[in-house]
Amino acid sequence: MRDFRNPRYKVLRDREECIECDLCVRQCANEVHYRDKKTGALRADSMKCVNCQRCTLLCPTRALAITRWPQVDAGSAVWTEGAMDDITAQAQTGGVLLASMGNPKSYHIYWEHLLLNASQVTNPSIDPLREPMETRVVLGSRPSKLRVNERTRTVVSPLPPQLSCDVPVMFSAMSFGSVSLNTQKALALAARELGTYFNCGEGGLHRDLEPYADRAIVQVASGRFGVDPHYLNAGAAIEIKIGQGAKPGIGGHLPGEKINEEVSRTRMIPEGTDAISPAPHHDIYSIEDLRQLIFSLKEATGYAKPVAVKVAAVHNVAAIASGMARAGADIIVLDGFRGGTGAAPKRIRDNVGIPIELALAAVDERLRQEGIRSTVSLVASGTLRNAADVVRAVALGADAVSIGSAALIAMGCHQCGDCASGRCNWGIATQRADLVSRLAPEAAAERVVNLVSGWNREIQEMMGGMGINAIDSLRGNRLMLRGVGLNEKELEILGVKYAGE
Amino acid sequence: MYDFDRPRTARPDAAGTGVVAGSARLAPCDRHPRAPREGDVRIPAGCAIAAIMDRSGARHDGSDILRSIALMHDRSNGLGGGFAAYGIYPEYEELYAFHIMYESDEARRETEAYLDTYFMSEKQERIPTEPVASIKNPPDIWRYFAAPHPMRLAASGLDEAEYTMAHVFHINGKIDGAFVASSGKNMGAFKGVGYPEDIGAFYRICDYDAWAWTAHGRFPTNTPGWWGGAHPFTLLNWSVVHNGEISSYDANRRYVEQFGYDCELQTDTEVITYLFDLLSRRHGLSPELAAHIMTAPAWDEIDAMDAADAAFETALRTTYASALVNGPFSVILGSSEGLLAINDRLKLRALMAAEKGSMVYMASEQAAIELVCPDAENMRAIGGGEPFVVQLDSVVAAKAAADADAENDPHNAPLAHEVGVLPRRKEA
Amino acid sequence: MAETIIVELGTKHFQEANAAVRAALAEADTVCIVEAYAQRYLGCTLPAGKRLEIHGTPGNDLACYMDGGEVEVFGSAQDQTANTMNAGTVVVHGRVGDAAGYAMRGGELIVRDGCGWRGGINMKQYGGKCPVIVIGGDAGNFLGEYMAGGIIVLMGRAGDHLASGMHGGVIYLRRNNTPAVVPDGLDLRELTDEDTATLGALLARYDACFGTEPHEHASVSEFVALRPASSRPYAAMYAS
Repeated sequence: MRDFRNPRYKVLRDREECIECDLCVRQCANEVHYRDKKTGALRADSMKCVNCQRCTLLCPTRALAITRWPQVDAGSAVWTEGAMDDITAQAQTGGVLLASMGNPKSYHIYWEHLLLNASQVTNPSIDPLREPMETRVVLGSRPSKLRVNERTRTVVSPLPPQLSCDVPVMFSAMSFGSVSLNTQKALALAARELGTYFNCGEGGLHRDLEPYADRAIVQVASGRFGVDPHYLNAGAAIEIKIGQGAKPGIGGHLPGEKINEEVSRTRMIPEGTDAISPAPHHDIYSIEDLRQLIFSLKEATGYAKPVAVKVAAVHNVAAIASGMARAGADIIVLDGFRGGTGAAPKRIRDNVGIPIELALAAVDERLRQEGIRSTVSLVASGTLRNAADVVRAVALGADAVSIGSAALIAMGCHQCGDCASGRCNWGIATQRADLVSRLAPEAAAERVVNLVSGWNREIQEMMGGMGINAIDSLRGNRLMLRGVGLNEKELEILGVKYAGE
Repeated sequence: MYDFDRPRTARPDAAGTGVVAGSARLAPCDRHPRAPREGDVRIPAGCAIAAIMDRSGARHDGSDILRSIALMHDRSNGLGGGFAAYGIYPEYEELYAFHIMYESDEARRETEAYLDTYFMSEKQERIPTEPVASIKNPPDIWRYFAAPHPMRLAASGLDEAEYTMAHVFHINGKIDGAFVASSGKNMGAFKGVGYPEDIGAFYRICDYDAWAWTAHGRFPTNTPGWWGGAHPFTLLNWSVVHNGEISSYDANRRYVEQFGYDCELQTDTEVITYLFDLLSRRHGLSPELAAHIMTAPAWDEIDAMDAADAAFETALRTTYASALVNGPFSVILGSSEGLLAINDRLKLRALMAAEKGSMVYMASEQAAIELVCPDAENMRAIGGGEPFVVQLDSVVAAKAAADADAENDPHNAPLAHEVGVLPRRKEA
Repeated sequence: MAETIIVELGTKHFQEANAAVRAALAEADTVCIVEAYAQRYLGCTLPAGKRLEIHGTPGNDLACYMDGGEVEVFGSAQDQTANTMNAGTVVVHGRVGDAAGYAMRGGELIVRDGCGWRGGINMKQYGGKCPVIVIGGDAGNFLGEYMAGGIIVLMGRAGDHLASGMHGGVIYLRRNNTPAVVPDGLDLRELTDEDTATLGALLARYDACFGTEPHEHASVSEFVALRPASSRPYAAMYAS
């Protein structure tokens, strides 16, 4: 069927600068750049361009740039090119629109409406370069009251198992299959270097990652890929994935073409078969069933691993999280509706769920109203873009955050949103060996370590400015936040005062 | 024996002077809108603090503590001062001594009706005061010696302390114009808006004998607007005087509120008091371990400990992460056991201690000790994050006899000597 | 090592019960559980060489993540029996509840009577592992939903929505119990020689487990095989 869509991007090649080295031809898995078979001229098929920026950034003479396709739309604020392209794509295929990475729509980003405090006069700011500044967080469940013998300085009942993170930032679950093994290796290396944790996602733990298993959170999702006693006991913690922010309420289909030999071995499914994650866990149809699964995992691991439960931020998230805590979750992971994904139905990604900021604030407050906030840990994810976002999340009530997109961007991802195609030119969201080899795990890990180290220094600076020298004192400390450009209801849910109050 | 009839004659007649009775809500001035009161907003403050205690339990009048705090006049600004005294009501030592401030007769009637419902009052009277020129518009201040109503206590399912605390919270939160300044046994708080030396004179604290005194002179950034906001802050037998503004306030507030504490006043002192009450009275940890939790060792220090100590400290820090108090503070906690002083981990505030015989002195500034005890010994600065504990000799003896295997028993704390620190240094 | 240790559970909480069973398994290769009443997770991660004989009604998630052990229930089992089981054998002298064999990857679950809804849901096979469920009675709806591998033998009637989303493995059904209309994406055929051999062995296994006479319940010739038409049922579902 003839495609009635314009290209989204246009490739600009500066003929004066181009030395015709053909690097762009070799680099583009989408086959945008090519040699004309008849004339031998170096040309570009803009229709295939996804704007991953691999060619522009690697071009030795900076001869390339990508611009938006210059075609104007009809001038309607309603029938934009994007809206029409979606219709056209479906008219041509009858399919469900697929999209990747996080919700790109211009919903309110509440982080940008929360301003941070700093000390002036009445208490001192602290200089983190010269005075201690603690950003270590410990995650897990704990009693509300500790039983101790003070004379012997011993704890009478041992603390449940905990995760200890030297930085308040972990890496979100990204499965082998949706991302390459080298991506996971980079995250594993970075997690070890930073003293934090990566999450292998629902696709099993590749044998090459077992040396990093002490830094791994192993995930159990509805498809139970790769889940066996060895897997459950390999990691530092187990995460039950109920949902993710990019696609709450639906399962996943990893297409058969991504199930190569290695993915197949790790997921323990046949090569070339669609890997289908059911929408729900079919052993969880109710909150008490979650308790059953949590404790089956605890039984399977001798109560030695914290069990986290991850949910997408949805309308009733506060009550859900409270139920999760009561069901025995040691760590509650909330993923906001802007969270990324390797592939999700576009309508789901763009329209389902709620922002992490509001969800986090609501959950933290509800758990406190219930008097159980201190007995469980809370992790927030779904677009933490910089250190200030992390500080805001902790002040709203998170113990720690997880980053996915930011870590991938550090490795080279440019958010082109074409992960589902499997042709990621950066070697991240692909299983093609030639593309995967472009991502050197050590080099990618260095970038991620640099990013998180930089953030951690910034977090320390911001905490120091507030006169706080341990992140424990920032957690849930909403007086350190003030709202701007928010209505009363938003302020109420976020539990913050307006700037000037 | 203290003459409880004396106040009535010593005190100006309420109806005659209009000093107290019938005054509407206290407003510091007539501007509109009125400045927010303590509790409406959070008011940072700096301060002077001081304490004097006789470990033997012998009682002394308030003249020394008054001189000591008065010397540090410039650390306060006339917007708050007060004292807590332990051992002042030996005749009523089994009863809760409620010191209650009223801004109107209506508030008093409502409060007394409430108290009559839930407590059996053995005695009630105005607290004796002396007119002081600089003290304007004091509230009507009463005291009640009362026991929980036995039937209602039994029906509540609470222990006596929890029951009493719940009703104190009710009066402070629900009865407009009434504020419980103190609610312990054989102790009381005397506080108000003014310089501490003027507040002391107003309350005639030299007429009381106590085995421990604490004092507070306040430098709030704003007028607190009313007397309830002055310090010491108290709950049951706890009293807290505090210097500094903590930066962890909202983290601590939201932590203790989970356990039913209402932080009505939005002050650091209030939340620190509740932390001590939660950790020590409710969770059964010693005050010194509570203080240790509030100024927990850094993770770097814990990492360097041997495995057993590290496990203990990790469990404390992990379980009580939100009880860590951050930012500058020096605190003196008063209790029926004695005094405990603690400075923040970075020691951003000054606090000195010294002793002489059975006497122990503490003050924000050294000279405030030397003024009242020129030959004080063992003068020392209290370190950051190292609780400094002074206990009655009788308490030390009781701890020595306590069952070493008992868990969560304050009596099972490491023996605190006259002046002891925790964590106790390892013997070489 | 003792031959068999008897552990009585009564109404013990599952944590206490499993701890007791594990302690007994450390002492003996076979543990006989009596008076089981709804204790969850019995046989959880049970390794090869260990055997549980359970009298009473074990709780949900019986033999979850089981890794080669043997569990025999002299009675019925509740929901999620053999959940995410990796290897081993579960024999139930009675019926099993809902979601039996969920995400099962290996081993066998042999049930004398029927099973609840969603039996064999998301069952999958990999490499040398091929999970097997044999149901002597009727099955509830959605048998073999999302089934990605393995074998289900159903001797009784199937409920509605049989093998919905099936994309691997095989379900052997009696010819007279097959759906009137075979849904899109599924393929119903007569047995191949290989099927005949496989099914014959499984029916014999059933008889061996329950002491029934050969073909008392079913004979191979009555069965047909239901398979997915594609291992990529949703390949054409998406557009971008």
